[in-house]
Amino acid sequence: MSGEDDDATNAAADGGTDHPADSPIAEHARPAGGDAPETGLAGPTPEERPHPSGRRDEHGVRKEPDDGGEATRRATVSALVEDEPGVLARAAGLFRRRQFNIESLTVGPTTVEGHSRITLVVEETEAGIDQAKKQLAKLTPVIAVGELSDDAVAAELVLLKVRGHEPDKVHAITSMYDGETLDAGPRTITVQITGDENLIDDAIDAFDQFGIIEIARTGQTALERGDSPTTPGEEPGHSAGSTDDDEFTNYDD
Amino acid sequence: MSEPATPDAASPEEGDDEGRTDRAEQPEQTDEEAAAAREDAATRAPGSGANAVVAALEAAGVETAFGVQGGAIMPVYDALSESSVHHITMAHEQGAVHAADAYGIVRGDPGVCMATSGPGATNLVTGIADASMDSDAMLALTGQVPSDMVGSDAFQETDTVGVTAPITKHNYFASDSDEVGRTVGEAFALANTGRPGPTLVDLPKDVSFGETDRPVGEPTAPERAVPDEEADEAQVEAAARAIETAERPLCLFGGGVIKGDATEQVRAFAREFGIPVVTTMPGIGSFPEDDDLCLSWAGMHGTGYANMAITHTDCLIAVGTRFDDRLTGGVDTFAPEAEVVHVDIDPAEISKNVHADYPVVGDAATVLDQLDAAIGYGDAPDTEAWREQCAEWREEYPMDYAIDPDEPVKPQFVVEAFDAATDDDAYVTTGVGQHQMWAAQYWTYREPRTFVSSHGLGTMGYGLPAAVGARVAADDDREVICFEGDGSFLMTIQELSVAVRENLDITVVVLNNEYIGMVRQWQDAFFEGNHMASEYDWMPEFDTLAEAFGAKGFRIDEYDDVEAVVEEALAYDGPSVVDAHIDPEENVYPMVASGAANGQFALAEDQL
Ligand SMILES: Cc1ncc(C[n+]2csc(CCOP(=O)(O)OP(=O)(O)O)c2C)c(N)n1
Repeated sequence: MSGEDDDATNAAADGGTDHPADSPIAEHARPAGGDAPETGLAGPTPEERPHPSGRRDEHGVRKEPDDGGEATRRATVSALVEDEPGVLARAAGLFRRRQFNIESLTVGPTTVEGHSRITLVVEETEAGIDQAKKQLAKLTPVIAVGELSDDAVAAELVLLKVRGHEPDKVHAITSMYDGETLDAGPRTITVQITGDENLIDDAIDAFDQFGIIEIARTGQTALERGDSPTTPGEEPGHSAGSTDDDEFTNYDD
Repeated sequence: MSEPATPDAASPEEGDDEGRTDRAEQPEQTDEEAAAAREDAATRAPGSGANAVVAALEAAGVETAFGVQGGAIMPVYDALSESSVHHITMAHEQGAVHAADAYGIVRGDPGVCMATSGPGATNLVTGIADASMDSDAMLALTGQVPSDMVGSDAFQETDTVGVTAPITKHNYFASDSDEVGRTVGEAFALANTGRPGPTLVDLPKDVSFGETDRPVGEPTAPERAVPDEEADEAQVEAAARAIETAERPLCLFGGGVIKGDATEQVRAFAREFGIPVVTTMPGIGSFPEDDDLCLSWAGMHGTGYANMAITHTDCLIAVGTRFDDRLTGGVDTFAPEAEVVHVDIDPAEISKNVHADYPVVGDAATVLDQLDAAIGYGDAPDTEAWREQCAEWREEYPMDYAIDPDEPVKPQFVVEAFDAATDDDAYVTTGVGQHQMWAAQYWTYREPRTFVSSHGLGTMGYGLPAAVGARVAADDDREVICFEGDGSFLMTIQELSVAVRENLDITVVVLNNEYIGMVRQWQDAFFEGNHMASEYDWMPEFDTLAEAFGAKGFRIDEYDDVEAVVEEALAYDGPSVVDAHIDPEENVYPMVASGAANGQFALAEDQL
């Protein structure tokens, strides 16, 4: 602030007391009146200011002015977690809270005691998938997070209960999908089909002709093919049936 | 200007002040004594789960805890009576959690708060969420009904772990007396590891009562939670090249700079390369606001010049910030021409809100040293023209206000008067509202950890309990000033009783406009001036109320009162409340409307 302002400030602040003329009190105060507004601040208005022409998209990525919205894709994410109470709730809560679009979520034990694997299918933009993985990795019980490649092995199980009027036809279709009949009665037949998601969608379409009464799908679970670990750095444990240590020798290569 | 010396402003060491806290009365421990005490706590057989909890606090070097008693936490309190940990009983659990939060901010170590199950635990929730949003290290201990009653809707049962899961860095349900001490130690260490945050341990009563002789050990965070401090060399090199070629580089320092104790490094960095600096609100104090390079803070109520600089920079060097929407306005218009270098310890912050062209993951202090080394001296950007431009903006958009001796006192004047009368290292705590913004705008911060405020959550009532925590944490020769609004103050005013009981030297300045002013400002701007539920003309006389609590009350009605009241209130050795009746119509400017472009800040209401 300039020197003139100081005098006026002090006159106002003093109200005639013995306040020293060079008091540092209220260095930004100026007397009411003059050019500047009584309320608000002085300076060029928004229209008078220079404006940059650039823009960002909703993820804060700089873009060309006529760029459209971003495409989404489906990703299968695998998280290796400590098998402690509440870990699934934490993962699910995280996805709900951050509004990630989850298609399916499965969980089950692994070969290592005390570890579980959570498999998630999410439909998000590239930035959203990246965030989903990073946020998941931040949870304390999460050991490692990986995104599965396109040729990963993935499967789902579905139970279908259909009307039992045409048992032979139902049986034929069940065989066609390498399924199994779990329960057959005069009124209903329940079958189990396992396979990748497309196969299951097809099977459901095929059974539709009989009238599907109930359906239970597990959601997709998946593993990386061959020697590649499903989550980075994942160390295999030894399941009861695995006695041959050599099987895993090259696992980390 | 130094604090006026008065005969009764004696230091507690002289022991003439009976009300002073016990902590101050205890003889100072040497470092070796403190280390020995920590080791003893880590290695002795605790006897019970509750003793193990307390031993874990001692092993972690905890000096003070804030809390409120109750059924399920009673065993832990009982164990605490034999402990070196000083407990400060607060009037409300919300007071305890904010006090612990502020204590942690000032000390740079996690603050500790305690509450019983059910309502005790739920009363902590606001403050835990607050700490979580601001990445403040904190440990909360809650009592829980006995394990075999969990899930039965027993008396005072709440699923505390479930309720607090989304607002803690991690939380624990203690299920074993042998493990509980280690768990508390781990929770404490985890709170302070990597990106800090609040942790919680829920303690069922039977686990606290249960026998154990398992020593608690040193507090250690899980290995996976300890991030690398050093950033990837390739990331650093790429960022360095981007900075070298920038024409209008700008540093943006966030709260992470302060949490990461990186102020020395960021200051050296900006000065070495002559790069102008803006901070976020949580980053206030990371860079001295009276430095020529400093444009103060950017965002909704940041300075016009900071918002102009952030709008026009071509290279934003952001350190320890999460790009909150109060900072960015609409992301589509945020620093739209800038390549963004983002330094953060938490990889999940990178490209969360604003895409980082140059992500650099690591500890702020370490990374700034790395960056500094990677930028060749001859290659440093030439920032002279850009600095001149920033200086012009500073002239064009001055932060000032008009005063008229016959009109009500302007709040900015009161803030500046207290600033002028205190040292650079005084602590300021605030409530939430207009007063918070004036305290941020018109106080010149020069040191880290001196501005203690509720940023991300914006919790009204934060100021007074935070002042209690800051006072207990701070050295006795540093002032603690709390700016509160009338509405915000009334939300946690009961903690004045604690300040009186502990004889804490705090000056609360209520910027009293008889409105919940920030709401009134928005109603005037966006709701045709319909003051629905925002007129608070039923406020008590805060100076008189202060006296009823046993504190000292002062009142400011006109400019003539200011100087004398400032002097007397600061000189008073104990809690005092200044009821400053300010211009009720005064508004906070500049203002960026929610979701608007930073460069479109309004200087007056008709520009919104
Ligand atoms: C716990 C809580 N409730 C409501 C709000 C919404 N809110 C934000 S600012 C504000 C007004 C604060 O009024 P006052 O404390 O009198 O301060 P002033 O704005 O007048 O300085 C309100 C109600 C909030 N931030 N926190």
